Amino acid sequence: MSEISRRKLITTGIAATAGVSGLAVAARMAERYGLIPPDPGGLYGPGKTLTYAAQRLLTQNSMAREFSRSQISQPPFANPVSSRGKEFDRLQAGGFADWRLTVEGMVARPASLSLAVLKTYPSSSQITQLVCEEGWSYVAEWIGVPLSHILERVGALPQARFVVYVSSQDGWDGSIDMADALHPQTILTYGMNGGDLSVGCGGPLRMRIPRQLGYKSVKFINRVIVTDNLKQFPAEGSYSWYAGI
Amino acid sequence: MADSAWVPNLAAAAPTATVVPRHRAAVRVTHWIIAICFLALLVSGGEIVVSHPRFYWGESGNVNTPPLFQLPIPASRAIVPTGYGYVLPDQNGWSRSLHFQAAWAVVLAGLLYGVFGLWTRHFRNNLFPAGADLRWVKLQVVIANHVHFRPPGDDEARSYNVLQRLAYSGVVFLLFPLMIWTGLAMSPAVVSVFPGIVTVLGGHQSARTIHFFCTLSLVLFLLIHVVMVGLAGFRNRMRAMITGHAESSKEQA
Repeated sequence: MSEISRRKLITTGIAATAGVSGLAVAARMAERYGLIPPDPGGLYGPGKTLTYAAQRLLTQNSMAREFSRSQISQPPFANPVSSRGKEFDRLQAGGFADWRLTVEGMVARPASLSLAVLKTYPSSSQITQLVCEEGWSYVAEWIGVPLSHILERVGALPQARFVVYVSSQDGWDGSIDMADALHPQTILTYGMNGGDLSVGCGGPLRMRIPRQLGYKSVKFINRVIVTDNLKQFPAEGSYSWYAGI
Repeated sequence: MADSAWVPNLAAAAPTATVVPRHRAAVRVTHWIIAICFLALLVSGGEIVVSHPRFYWGESGNVNTPPLFQLPIPASRAIVPTGYGYVLPDQNGWSRSLHFQAAWAVVLAGLLYGVFGLWTRHFRNNLFPAGADLRWVKLQVVIANHVHFRPPGDDEARSYNVLQRLAYSGVVFLLFPLMIWTGLAMSPAVVSVFPGIVTVLGGHQSARTIHFFCTLSLVLFLLIHVVMVGLAGFRNRMRAMITGHAESSKEQA
């Protein structure tokens, strides 16, 4: 009896040591290959980290599903927004002629871009589904400038790790890692379904990240900040930072 | 029976309760991990559904689209027309985080259980119904026993009957895999890698609707499971799933 329990004790000890050191090695590897999200702590940190790591490994070269023109949802749907601020209302009254997108942070050439200038850049369009975490979804054609093109133009520094995008709507800032920032389907959209992007759907400029849920596709973007950490940018409430699921 | 008492050697074998091994540690541990996680998934999933209690079929659906059906409950979003004059508080942030963390635990525990089941032939020996037991004549007897609430025989303290085997196999090999599949099919990142897992279901909203019906089926299973455990002897069955040993009222051979 004591022989068995001693053997059991030894094997359990070896298994536990192997498990703990395995976890430590896995954590170091994950850190090194950028598999730790910026919100890995707290009660739900383990789940968030597992999802981010698994999906970063899986989605390295993947493209969001694209649909045919006949699958576009008519009419498109967007949750109503109560207020975008007085400054936004003034810009809207002027047809957004005075509206600017500023690009700043860890860039060689900070820029302030009008809508007209953005429209001279190479455009990209996609017919993708916007999936809201609430459960609803719609398919639309989105037209805009790939974020990667803007980052290239302003000369994003090599040590950049995240791109923060700020909305005119309070509390709706977002941020993504460079894997999503440089992804060809990540676009700053000014057009939808062949026309201009309406204010109701997030115009004049909306971030579109089709491999993540709708809450990362933030409306009314007017500021893009390239950075190497997210410490000075508040988290998006209790929602997971990474929304690939 | 009375005669046997005359044989001195058999005196000790008079009707008495003995303790027999019932569930192995891997089964017990994964059972309880998955049970706790299922409750967490149910609560958090319910919270998420409340934000849009409408269901659709096909690729897309929203308040501008006619639903397949709508749950007669209030919603946590004012935009959803529910017929109720109030809006529930939004609890989606922690609900989603809990949902996916519990889902990870279910998947990992499920993998452990799957490896154990194959390795020890647990599935073949204890979970799959024997071909002979699936014959209608035999099934009738077991069904009749259940319908008449006959207490399970001693053999059932040590092994599952055919209806249990069918129910457990359905949950383990059909409902849980379908649940995980339809859950992954709702992830825009996962379907960017494996688009087939959602297109084969008919689209994103179909995956969500199937996910919901799987939940209903699992809740129905859970209710019946708990009632049956109660009827079969709550203390003894719980003891078996916690300590691994069951009491068996062993009668004379």
